[in-house]
Amino acid sequence: MTSRISRRSALLGGTGLAVAGLAAPAIAQRAPIRLGGIATLEGPFATGGQDAYRCVQMELDRINSTVGGRRIEFIRESSNAQADVALARARKLIEQDNVDIILGPLSGAEGIALRDYSRTLTGKTIVNGSSGAADTTLRNPSPNFFRFSTDGTQWMAGLGNHVFRNMNIREVAVAAGDYAFPYAQVFGFNIEYCRAGGRVQHYWAPLGTTDFSAQIAQINRSNAGAIVVVHGGTDGLAFMTQYAQSGGTKPLIAGSIMADQTMLSARGPHRRVMVGMISGGPIADVIDDPSWREFVERYRRRWLNEGGFQSPSIHGVNYTTNLYGILHALREVDGDLSNNQQAFQRALANARITAPTGAAVRLDHNRQAISDIFLNRIEERDGRAQVVAFARAQQINQTLGTPEAQFLALGAPSRDNPGCVPAAS
Amino acid sequence: MRDRFALFALAGLALMVAAPFLLQAVLPANQAQFWTANVLGRAVVFGIIAMSLTFLATYGGFISLAQMMIAGVAGYTVAVFVEGAVPRIVGGLGYGLAIPLGVLAATVMGLVVGAISVRTRDIYLLMITLALSMGVFRFVETNIAWFNGYEGIRNVVGPELFGLGFRDPWLFYYVALGTAALLLAGVLYLVRSPFGLVLQGIRDNPRRVAALGYDVALHRIAAFGVAGFIAGCGGVLATIYNIGISPGSIGLGATVNVLIMSVIGGLGHPVGAFLGSLIFTVFDTFAANLYDRDRFNTLIGAVFLIIVLVSPDGVIGIGARLRRLLGGSKP
Repeated sequence: MTSRISRRSALLGGTGLAVAGLAAPAIAQRAPIRLGGIATLEGPFATGGQDAYRCVQMELDRINSTVGGRRIEFIRESSNAQADVALARARKLIEQDNVDIILGPLSGAEGIALRDYSRTLTGKTIVNGSSGAADTTLRNPSPNFFRFSTDGTQWMAGLGNHVFRNMNIREVAVAAGDYAFPYAQVFGFNIEYCRAGGRVQHYWAPLGTTDFSAQIAQINRSNAGAIVVVHGGTDGLAFMTQYAQSGGTKPLIAGSIMADQTMLSARGPHRRVMVGMISGGPIADVIDDPSWREFVERYRRRWLNEGGFQSPSIHGVNYTTNLYGILHALREVDGDLSNNQQAFQRALANARITAPTGAAVRLDHNRQAISDIFLNRIEERDGRAQVVAFARAQQINQTLGTPEAQFLALGAPSRDNPGCVPAAS
Repeated sequence: MRDRFALFALAGLALMVAAPFLLQAVLPANQAQFWTANVLGRAVVFGIIAMSLTFLATYGGFISLAQMMIAGVAGYTVAVFVEGAVPRIVGGLGYGLAIPLGVLAATVMGLVVGAISVRTRDIYLLMITLALSMGVFRFVETNIAWFNGYEGIRNVVGPELFGLGFRDPWLFYYVALGTAALLLAGVLYLVRSPFGLVLQGIRDNPRRVAALGYDVALHRIAAFGVAGFIAGCGGVLATIYNIGISPGSIGLGATVNVLIMSVIGGLGHPVGAFLGSLIFTVFDTFAANLYDRDRFNTLIGAVFLIIVLVSPDGVIGIGARLRRLLGGSKP
């Protein structure tokens, strides 16, 4: 009986100590620049979040975590791709950890939530991680939110024209996820393709669909000359697998997160149909650019044996590009964040940087990146499938060259507004 | 015993009222504000939602996994109808109308859930409420026209009160605390009323209650309605706290979180919900500081496991256990 009691008291005491340890707050030090990171280390995009932190860690180590004479203290937080969680983590970083700048988040809904939150802040800055919703900067932008990475609509620039002009295809079937990110990508594709004169048939499927066989059967019977697949993650894998199993032979065009190492490294019949697939996006595995080759080389040296990919992921590169923006601006102002970060934010807005891919990046009046987009083809190289850039669309802005008022008048991308406006209008 | 509890409750309430001032005395200003709004405030808001579950479990013996979804119904109703939300779905209503409408919708949803699950008990009740909440979750996630799908509805900033924005940390905290105190008092009053006594009778022996001439089904449905009302109040506050609502707020993770709060707090008394949600919030916020950032969920899980192992009736059971330990072998 006595031993029971003492064991319980020990457990209770232990719990008590753990709670007491939490109550002691970290005392903020002002001397180093405090940079908070938000990426997804849990949930469906965990691999992307891990890779984002790999790249950020690598780039911070390279400059010895020092910029403008001040040390950078990097405080990592993890979200799970939900807006509420990202918001709670951002509040914690700003209010409890007293960070000056947040780098993040990773996914679209989180980006919009943090954009709204950044508007309530003074003297703090949020620089995007990898979230790609157009509205984060296009509609109701926040003065404290900066994005040096391009959005989901921009990533499709050049693809519509390529399919119509170079591949000579007059009608396509668009198979896409029924949520915001695919809407934005389909919108970007359609704007060019429909203007050029192409016809589009849409096949929407909700996020989390596992059975595409009915849609694939319809598509295989239709007149479509090619399929544009804009699914992500496991949905994309399911679509490709079932398309391969159905014996489909139409050429494949893909959204930006389809042609990714996370897809290509998965095993299965989808790999056969994916070779030759054309896609658009801010990165590729193979880009004929010295700064990209050097970046990939450093990434592989550092991370290949510690769980890294063969080539940095789209999220890793986007976080790095945004980190470059922060570092550039900090260098410009000599690490001076006084006066509510006014000088720093001006330096951010005027920054001209080069992304790891070698693409030049500058910001527009909404603090949104104008940068290069790559047209990619999946090829077998060195015994494995790789995404190879074969063309580059220079300096694509957020409205794909359309005047902003005209672009905004088209309305926000949705399944009822997929951006297919014929040339005449 | 009852007087002693009232004393404890008042002391706890006084402590919560004084907490922002105490925090300001010991912490730098911005951290005091963080603790007020984002630890205590968040704990109170989710405590309200957890209390709707604790109420059902303690006095009716119903474990419902639909409470977070019902809270979400209130949040979505406010977001759909209030002016200023992005995107504008219906809009046009001020917060003065939208909030009661949201709470009403949650109450109706509570009644519906109660009616659908009226013939089930135990694990089957758990499953049917879980199925209902997952159904609503999938529906709002895929419906673009009314709920804006995966991205949800943003910019629900809350009304202005006393010339202050609702999201002013102090105002938000005290409104949440006041709401919680009123709801807790309401629950404690209700369970002593004839309705509450019948409810507890149903928990202990539904057949005997029916034999006494009470309509068991009606009482059960009404209890779910009350729980829906409580969850709705919490849902409105949570939506304003999050500046909007998205399907993730009512998904499986959120649903399970509410259950965890209730269980670690203890299902013996409604106040356990608030203790549980406070512990949950503190660990959810700070676990990443204490432990490897890639694996902090392990720490959270371990702590909850320890609490439930040490005291199967949650944190409020620990007090009773301690008293027994210290008081020796008194019967």
